[in-house]
Amino acid sequence: MARMRADDATRTPAPADTQLTRALGESVSRRGFLVAGAAAGGGLLLNFSIPGLAAASAPPGTPAKAYPLNAYIRIERDGIITIQAKNPEIGQGVKTSLPMIIAEELDADWKDVRAEQAPLDPKLYGPQFAGGSFTTPMNYEPLRRVGAAARQMLIMAAAQTWKVSAEQCDTVPGKVRHKSTGRTLGYGALAAKAATLKPPDLHTVKVKDPKEFRIIGQSTPGVENPLIVTGQPLFGIDVKVPGMRYAVFEKCPVFGGRPVRANLDVIKALPGVRSAFIVPGARPTGLPDGIATSLQDGVAIVADTWHQANQALQKLEVEWDEGPTASQSTDGFARTAADLAAKPAGKVAHSDGDVQKAFSTSAKVIEANYEYPFISHSPLEPMNATADFRDGKVEVWAPTQNPGSNHALVAKVLGIPEANVTLHMTRCGGGFGRRLGSDFTCEAAAISKMAGEPVKLIWNRRQDLQHDYYRPGGFHFFKAGIDAQGKLIAFADHFVTFTSDGEKVSNSADMAPTEFPARFVPNVEYGVSMMPLGVPTGPLRAPQSNALAFAFQSFLDEVAHAAGQDPLQYRIDLFGEPRKLPNPPGPGSRFMPLPPFDTGRARGVLELVREKSGWGTRKLPAGSGMGVAFYYSHLGYFAEVVQVTVAREGMVKVDKVWVAGDCGSQIVNPSSALNQVQGAALDGIGAALGQAITIDRGRVVQTNFHEFKLLRMNQAPPVQVDFRITQNPVTGLGEPALPPVVPALCNAIFAATGKRVRKLPIDTADLKST
Amino acid sequence: MSYTINVNGRSQSVDVEGDTPLLWVLRDVLDLKGSKFGCGMGLCGACTVHIDGKAARSCITPVAAVGSAQITTVEAVGETPVGKKVQEAWMQLDVPQCGYCQAGQIMAASALLAIKPQPTDQDIDDGMSGNICRCCTYTRIRAAIKQAAGLPTTDTREV
Repeated sequence: MARMRADDATRTPAPADTQLTRALGESVSRRGFLVAGAAAGGGLLLNFSIPGLAAASAPPGTPAKAYPLNAYIRIERDGIITIQAKNPEIGQGVKTSLPMIIAEELDADWKDVRAEQAPLDPKLYGPQFAGGSFTTPMNYEPLRRVGAAARQMLIMAAAQTWKVSAEQCDTVPGKVRHKSTGRTLGYGALAAKAATLKPPDLHTVKVKDPKEFRIIGQSTPGVENPLIVTGQPLFGIDVKVPGMRYAVFEKCPVFGGRPVRANLDVIKALPGVRSAFIVPGARPTGLPDGIATSLQDGVAIVADTWHQANQALQKLEVEWDEGPTASQSTDGFARTAADLAAKPAGKVAHSDGDVQKAFSTSAKVIEANYEYPFISHSPLEPMNATADFRDGKVEVWAPTQNPGSNHALVAKVLGIPEANVTLHMTRCGGGFGRRLGSDFTCEAAAISKMAGEPVKLIWNRRQDLQHDYYRPGGFHFFKAGIDAQGKLIAFADHFVTFTSDGEKVSNSADMAPTEFPARFVPNVEYGVSMMPLGVPTGPLRAPQSNALAFAFQSFLDEVAHAAGQDPLQYRIDLFGEPRKLPNPPGPGSRFMPLPPFDTGRARGVLELVREKSGWGTRKLPAGSGMGVAFYYSHLGYFAEVVQVTVAREGMVKVDKVWVAGDCGSQIVNPSSALNQVQGAALDGIGAALGQAITIDRGRVVQTNFHEFKLLRMNQAPPVQVDFRITQNPVTGLGEPALPPVVPALCNAIFAATGKRVRKLPIDTADLKST
Repeated sequence: MSYTINVNGRSQSVDVEGDTPLLWVLRDVLDLKGSKFGCGMGLCGACTVHIDGKAARSCITPVAAVGSAQITTVEAVGETPVGKKVQEAWMQLDVPQCGYCQAGQIMAASALLAIKPQPTDQDIDDGMSGNICRCCTYTRIRAAIKQAAGLPTTDTREV
């Protein structure tokens, strides 16, 4: 199964001396809190470091009359409780769900709770990023303890006030109660005293029995919904700073190219333009390893309004030194892939048994080639950032998934100490992995420094599409062998992918050696060949998995059909009896221990989706078909069924999607979870139906949404979601529902038409009935 | 050049060039940040406002073309009965994910309901397909439009 690459979110290595997940940083360890650590067998255990410090400190900006019980919770005298959400909000719902977890164990009344974006302070809060669907698994258990510890402090404060023992007290929402007399004191009245008490030992602090949950597990609307629906300024693009100008920044259309000269004098004379200049890029720029990109060479235009800057851009003429990537193209990649596939693989990534021998004894051998394109993230809020550089210091406002990395790279690019960079996180108008990068923030900071004024940099849509780091394309040359009973006995893939440095596979273009069905077939060989790439690549929602699921789960469907077996049952049979297989340590294990892969959970969701979708029993009209796929990524198990109708002319209408998912013992916020899963499934359908980034002479061809097509309302089918609750650690939902929908859709098209989709996006011309 | 435009019931004088898109006048001159920039070509609908009650893409509407028309933005659409219902439905059904497109969705939805108070699923497809939601909250947008119309929120397209 695909490895997680969300670790790329931060480049700071974890301390080598500990396997502890530094989920909460010192916020907690310093004042008696905790860090979550590895447990044998993959569950999360908690290790607590007990501080000598009793006094809780509050994050900057805490109002004077609010009493901080720790870095996450402050309570005002009137009982209003403000809870910090440590990670960036990109639409995945954590500004609501993280405070819910704390509020539950604090035993707060949710109506008294205000959620606040925590400031960037990894020392205080631990890693703060939105990636890899890691927020929930890394923070669920630790944040429960944060809430429970504060609740205990409030109980102690009440007990002291009443001169009774803490054991004689419990809580009801927002209040401590003396059990025998029934008298109560509100949290607001207790906060001042509680804030002076020593936090309890987190080894022993009592958390609730999940049966008692009143907040976790309840559908809770997003805390910023009232602001969103009334159009209040929330996003990076809405930031306003006194004296601010507006900037655009034009980079070479060919990746890695740089400006030699530009008609700057013409530009400077245009209406509203205040300055125009060439910005020298940082060395290295971070290209083509997308998310580490800091500052590329380009031309900046600063004007009184953004429209004026963008109008001036239309008149900009630049002589570019295009560099070596100008020789690369999508057509060239396909030709090179075919050439490489004809030769032995550059490297054998995984080998079990003897595939060649097994092929020679197979009753049937199936071969097929699969191909997927580069695609763009295209969050609807284009890349932007606001920066105010003065006196050797800079303040930046950025819609970022990765504030720590942005902060560090801004300091590096400007050549100033990190202490001189203040970064404010804003709500993000979508992330999908794009905002793990730092390029837009570094550009705004550099432009502000050179212009000598605060600036808001906004990329236009063409720039956003053409200077992304992309989900890398890839090519798979598969061969499978089945025995006389149809059992899969041999499986080979020659994966042709890309290298940016001539040595390693490009960012997010790799494949785990244990990619399914490895370890479930006796004879397996995975070979990898690479071709040079100058186009930046990086993680896009469910990186690797979003592409590998299509190739592997589609080809596996071919195998099942060749075996004459039901494709859903064929997958269940491959997984076999419930058992656990260790996940190989991947980059993701830097953040938390990866639990083993549990075949029983895989089977569980396949059986659930079979039941819910009426698989094999539904009566389908002519031209319709159902397809299934399963994929495990980001610790989540997802099986999905798609029903499609393909018209005579080849048009594909997705009729319905059924999703069955297993992400552990608890859904934190069911409303948000359902929204995420439905959105992820539709996102995958959108990519499969319409999305490709084409490279021609080292530059991106597509310019806007008429050429790079996002899913629209009239293409969005109903999506039914069912969760299978299992006694396993609670894991995240931003990503794992996406990968299987793509092969499920393609397998449904095969069921409807008898035609295999082996190349994305789906070409309806190939599906015409003859 | 100076233009007097009517935004959210108020007459406002703005000193900009005539080809300036209404979107940037709203956002950066009048400081109404609710209408969003997504594509600049009328392809995504994030900038949708009402001009005389009809949905319009403010990113491709030059300020000079507005004349004396009444412009309503998401900041004030809640003052109309339909707009208020739409905003309430959006909150009740917890529609947003990232939320960036939702101002445009709400403006498109309230313009749709003004013409089709009881929209069918086909009406919703027709009226809303110009507005992209990158998070793909389409399931909830569809349900919220029906809720605002007082219709059952079930998807009649169910197979």
